[in-house]
Amino acid sequence: MATATKTKPAPAAASRIKPESNGGTDWRAEVLEQEKKRVPSLVLQQQHLEKMDSLLPELDIPVREYGDLKRDGYVELYRLLFLIREVEARLTRLYRQGKIVGGVYLSKGTEAIAIGSGFSLKRGTDWLFPMHRDLGAHLAFGQRPFKLYAQYMGRAEGPTKGRDGNTHMSDRHLQIIGMISHLGSMIPVAVGAAIGSRLQGKNAVALTYIGDGGASIGDFHEGLNYAAVANAPFVLIVENNQYAYSTPIIAQYGAARIIDRAPGYGIPGEIVDGNNVFAVYETCKAAVDRARNGGGPTLIEAVTMRMRGHSEHDDHFYVPKELLAKWAERDPLPRAQRFLEETGYLKEKARLELEAKTVEYIEAEIALAEQSPVPSTDDLEESAFYSTHKKWRTD
Amino acid sequence: MAVMTYIEGISAGLREEMRRDPRVYIMGEDVGIYGGAFKVTKGFLDEFGPDRVYDTPLAESAIMGVGIGCALTGLRPVIEFQFADFITSAFNQVVNNLGTMYYRSNMPCPVTIRCPSGANVHGGPFHSQNPETWFVHTPGLKVVAPSTPYDAKGLIVAAIQDDDPVLYFEHKFLYRRIKEDVPEESFIVPIGKADLKREGSDLSVVCYGAAVHLALEAADKLQQEGISVEVLDMRSLYPYDKEAIARTVKKTGRVLIAHEDFLTAGCGAEFAAFIGQECFEMLDAPVIRAASMDVPFPFSSVLEEHMVLTTAKVESALRKLAQF
Repeated sequence: MATATKTKPAPAAASRIKPESNGGTDWRAEVLEQEKKRVPSLVLQQQHLEKMDSLLPELDIPVREYGDLKRDGYVELYRLLFLIREVEARLTRLYRQGKIVGGVYLSKGTEAIAIGSGFSLKRGTDWLFPMHRDLGAHLAFGQRPFKLYAQYMGRAEGPTKGRDGNTHMSDRHLQIIGMISHLGSMIPVAVGAAIGSRLQGKNAVALTYIGDGGASIGDFHEGLNYAAVANAPFVLIVENNQYAYSTPIIAQYGAARIIDRAPGYGIPGEIVDGNNVFAVYETCKAAVDRARNGGGPTLIEAVTMRMRGHSEHDDHFYVPKELLAKWAERDPLPRAQRFLEETGYLKEKARLELEAKTVEYIEAEIALAEQSPVPSTDDLEESAFYSTHKKWRTD
Repeated sequence: MAVMTYIEGISAGLREEMRRDPRVYIMGEDVGIYGGAFKVTKGFLDEFGPDRVYDTPLAESAIMGVGIGCALTGLRPVIEFQFADFITSAFNQVVNNLGTMYYRSNMPCPVTIRCPSGANVHGGPFHSQNPETWFVHTPGLKVVAPSTPYDAKGLIVAAIQDDDPVLYFEHKFLYRRIKEDVPEESFIVPIGKADLKREGSDLSVVCYGAAVHLALEAADKLQQEGISVEVLDMRSLYPYDKEAIARTVKKTGRVLIAHEDFLTAGCGAEFAAFIGQECFEMLDAPVIRAASMDVPFPFSSVLEEHMVLTTAKVESALRKLAQF
């Protein structure tokens, strides 16, 4: 096969072509077709849009009242949604001020999943295994923002006391187990926590998350298969935010939906609008209740869109702007806000008061975190083993 | 006292701990109705029931992850990897998740991992390996390797009672080949303490696992020629008994390190480096090592014998050391 010398393609021409140059025909479509031939990433983007469009009709249901939530429950879910949005906004600012150690991975646009699912668990009983974009789940499960900020700043009062970073936060007292960076690794561990609790007669459920990318990893299969065989009280939520770093779902899995795998394990699979916090809550609550009553594991796919880059140093250029615009309309926060307004659960005045109080609370928590000392290096060498490390044992 | 084989020592220790502590349970492939590929848990299912002797799907990474999760809830799982070689499929769970669990979460993770390892069972490249060094190199994991029925029982009990993760490398070749009197009552062999298997004054062999028996045989042969060889069984590879190494170096001034694992960057390299750094002035000769060749384990007996550490190789290394 002859190899042609490849020349570097000219920069995208679309914006430089004037409308009149094509005599009134649909020049935009034509230019796009030409561009797609030249730039394969555009083909990928187009295929991605088509795949997402096929999923949307299933999800596009209006926000409405659900199951067992009372007025206070709806208001609390809204407060948590607002809290995580603000907590992360301040996190970004602290990051730009150079006060954060390491990277920042935000959940902007996808918060409803972490909030709705975290809120569906029983504090003090259940086990939560959050992923890196589930800061909201820590909060919905009872963690204080102060602890999160101290962790991000690498301070002594962060849950890992500066030993591990970012969202790898465990909390023994809350039964939150922090992830490791190897995505999917916590799935079997969460299954183990579910089985271990049951073996000791505790009626606890373990819930964990994975992204659309992490769902490709072997532990996803091994963990779900194990959970199914053991009928473990376990819930796995796939946060399908459409991109694993820059890789779109079209390059990630061949099935139409990730929950299409559930029948293969012999377990139920539920798909839910990940931008509707009340729907996420209801779906998760049903799965958690089923697990608690001996009904075994559930695979939930919550479809959403990551509205920022993989992390704060990623400019997100690979996502078509029209897709972002489409999902901006589905932003979970205003959707919940409108619902509360319409139902009268939280009118504008009360909402603004709640929001102001929340912002005040966050500021106080950040101040506390900033006062937290840096960790002592005294006990670092013995800190790999519980049996030699005395300091944390009395915590 | 009862005469036990090495494998009976493991079973006895396991059974004893399961009877004593209801938090202890066993999980792995075929550990239940079959009693384990080597029958270590034969009869356990009937005695302890399916909640405590748990047949898992064929999925090493999940087995390890589930074990970690169970330990976090307060149980003390003993995980059997059918062959130590298969631990590679759970490498991430062991090294990254288990090894860092206490460090990053403040939660003890008392998992015991049983790894049937070692050569001379005609297993070829994937049923004969000694992968202990990978884990010795990982902070947060303890590693032991018993060489006798007494140690097999005492170390499995110590491993289960330890609040940290312990990898227990049991040598398949020793399972039914060695016997000794083992107390029927409870005892532990503390992790981190070596055992002076044989006293001597001219040369020292620092070794562990199956290599201990090769060293003892070689020492017997050299004794007939008037060369007195001391044999130090390390028993624990991490943490390891630095004092015991220093004592034997001080006594003989000539050290051979012998293990069945591959030569390059095996545990012996660590022991040699320790001696070089901390015991240099006590040495009368360079520290030398005898180990298996750096090639995958061969299937054919002829090839395996050529490749693996043998009594003859230990003996010849000792003669070289004596002549230095």
